[in-house]
Amino acid sequence: MSEHIVSKKIYFLIFSALMVLTVLTVFVATLDLGRFNAIVALSIAVLKAMLVVLYFMHVRYSSKLTWAFVGAGFFWLAILFALTLSDYFSRPWLGQ
Amino acid sequence: MEDTHSVKGLAHHFDDMEQQREAGTLGMWAFLITEIMFFGGLFMAYILYRSKYPEAFSSASGHLNWRLGAANTVVLIVSSLTMALAVYYSQTGNKRLLITMLVLTMILGATFLVVKGFEYHTKWVDHLIPGFGFEWHLAGDPQKVQMFYFIYFAMTGIHALHMVVGLGIMAVILRMAMKDRFTQTYHSPVEISGLYWHFVDIVWIFLFPLLYLLGAHEGH
Repeated sequence: MSEHIVSKKIYFLIFSALMVLTVLTVFVATLDLGRFNAIVALSIAVLKAMLVVLYFMHVRYSSKLTWAFVGAGFFWLAILFALTLSDYFSRPWLGQ
Repeated sequence: MEDTHSVKGLAHHFDDMEQQREAGTLGMWAFLITEIMFFGGLFMAYILYRSKYPEAFSSASGHLNWRLGAANTVVLIVSSLTMALAVYYSQTGNKRLLITMLVLTMILGATFLVVKGFEYHTKWVDHLIPGFGFEWHLAGDPQKVQMFYFIYFAMTGIHALHMVVGLGIMAVILRMAMKDRFTQTYHSPVEISGLYWHFVDIVWIFLFPLLYLLGAHEGH
């Protein structure tokens, strides 16, 4: 497997998408959507992060082992969030 | 260099350039995973306190200058593009444009830090540094607002520190590029430093909406 050179066109395309998403996230923040403000803002941020990881960081063109490393990192982050939040949010159930 | 291989830049303990690059990439990702967990803990603190004090966080966030935050977001995204292009020109063996892109990336990184510095200075003038005569006269419990600013300074401060480190790394890469250390087959240092730079950009991609845009729809 030789090195994959990502074309300039793809870099500029991803850059444009990141800019559009930045404008979108600022625009959506001016609307009052209640709890959906946070959900939309986070969804856009996750999408932007995925574009950067897959294209700017070349993970899309990387080996399976690299995928496993990256996936493991985010999986462990999910464990950190899920277990901590399940603790904090279930404390009121004890009725103290 | 005392390596016995004929290929420039290939360390003796690797079979070929491909294996060396793969090992380097994986090593960098292993480091970035520790960074994900490091920032993850801070994001965890943010999530918990925000869910505990939603009004104070919204009110405190509304006082941040989202225009400067947005400007810095654009600066970092452009710097990620120039970094990606630097990797491209290292792969295609264009030394002149590689150096140009590295310099542009460093200028943009420095711009980010200057804007951040102005923001921090405003917070100092407005007595919004937690623990140093913190004052808050707008909506929300000052103690809870102070917690927002504590998290704000911890997260953006550590992020800014990563930017400073990134600038240092780019200075080293720039020096290597100017000394003709890279070839079309050997340029992993550019690529691996790029991974770090993009990671720092990703952290800001999350910090911007979470810190600056939280209270935007309530008007400042």
